[in-house]
Amino acid sequence: MHLILFILFAGLAIAGALNMLLQKHPINSALSLIVVMTSLAVLYLMLGAEFLAAAQVIVYAGAIMVLFTFVVMLLNAGREERTLGSKASWSVGFPAAVAILAIIASVILKAQGLGNAMLGDKITSTEQVSAVLFKELVLPFEVTSVLVLIAILGAVALARRGDGEERKDRR
Amino acid sequence: MIPLSWYLILSAVLFTLGVTGFLVKRNLITVFMSIELMLNAVNLSFVTFAHLWDPVKGQVFVFFVMMVAAAEAAVGLAIIISVFRARATLAVDQIDLMKL
Repeated sequence: MHLILFILFAGLAIAGALNMLLQKHPINSALSLIVVMTSLAVLYLMLGAEFLAAAQVIVYAGAIMVLFTFVVMLLNAGREERTLGSKASWSVGFPAAVAILAIIASVILKAQGLGNAMLGDKITSTEQVSAVLFKELVLPFEVTSVLVLIAILGAVALARRGDGEERKDRR
Repeated sequence: MIPLSWYLILSAVLFTLGVTGFLVKRNLITVFMSIELMLNAVNLSFVTFAHLWDPVKGQVFVFFVMMVAAAEAAVGLAIIISVFRARATLAVDQIDLMKL
């Protein structure tokens, strides 16, 4: 059961990531990225992270990807064209990426005593997570809220159309 | 029963696909999506190590990563919109100067 679930959703995640790479149109890439994030949420659930699975679906697959698809539609982004730069980046970037994968995989495979994951083992409830988050780590949590506030203000300031003079001209 | 190293290998594969997308794709939005993919891959390895050692602390760390990723996505997309207004293009080959 556990093995079937893992193979199914790991395969779905890798297939979605590959599809994101191979698609030419950004909206197709965005939709396959949603598949990756949702299957990662299932993998989190299999590792016993209940709260993170829910947060992954709400924050990533919900909020962030809706933002992405809206920007793709807003900017009317079309298919990417092949240029000299894209050919060069394929020929240089692909071997570099394979080298990175080889290095990381060799380190992981060399590591001993990682143990096994059992289904239903070490389930962390939201209560346990919030007990740590709101007692021990309450200061970092509040700092994060300030960060999000600054991000909102920055996004509004950056995406605002023009400056004050332009608006006066229009009137 | 699944070895935890399988999860780590999956995370490495997803991270590498994100790196490849970052290097290879020519569209600004798709490059940004590849960054999100890399963040997700790192989150998966965080959750795996949390399962191995300290479930609660590791998951709280992933929660913070998610918050920072959300803030980064909002600001990054706003920058993409203002770049598109200034240049009328999303091709990274043509966006190589900070000056207008």
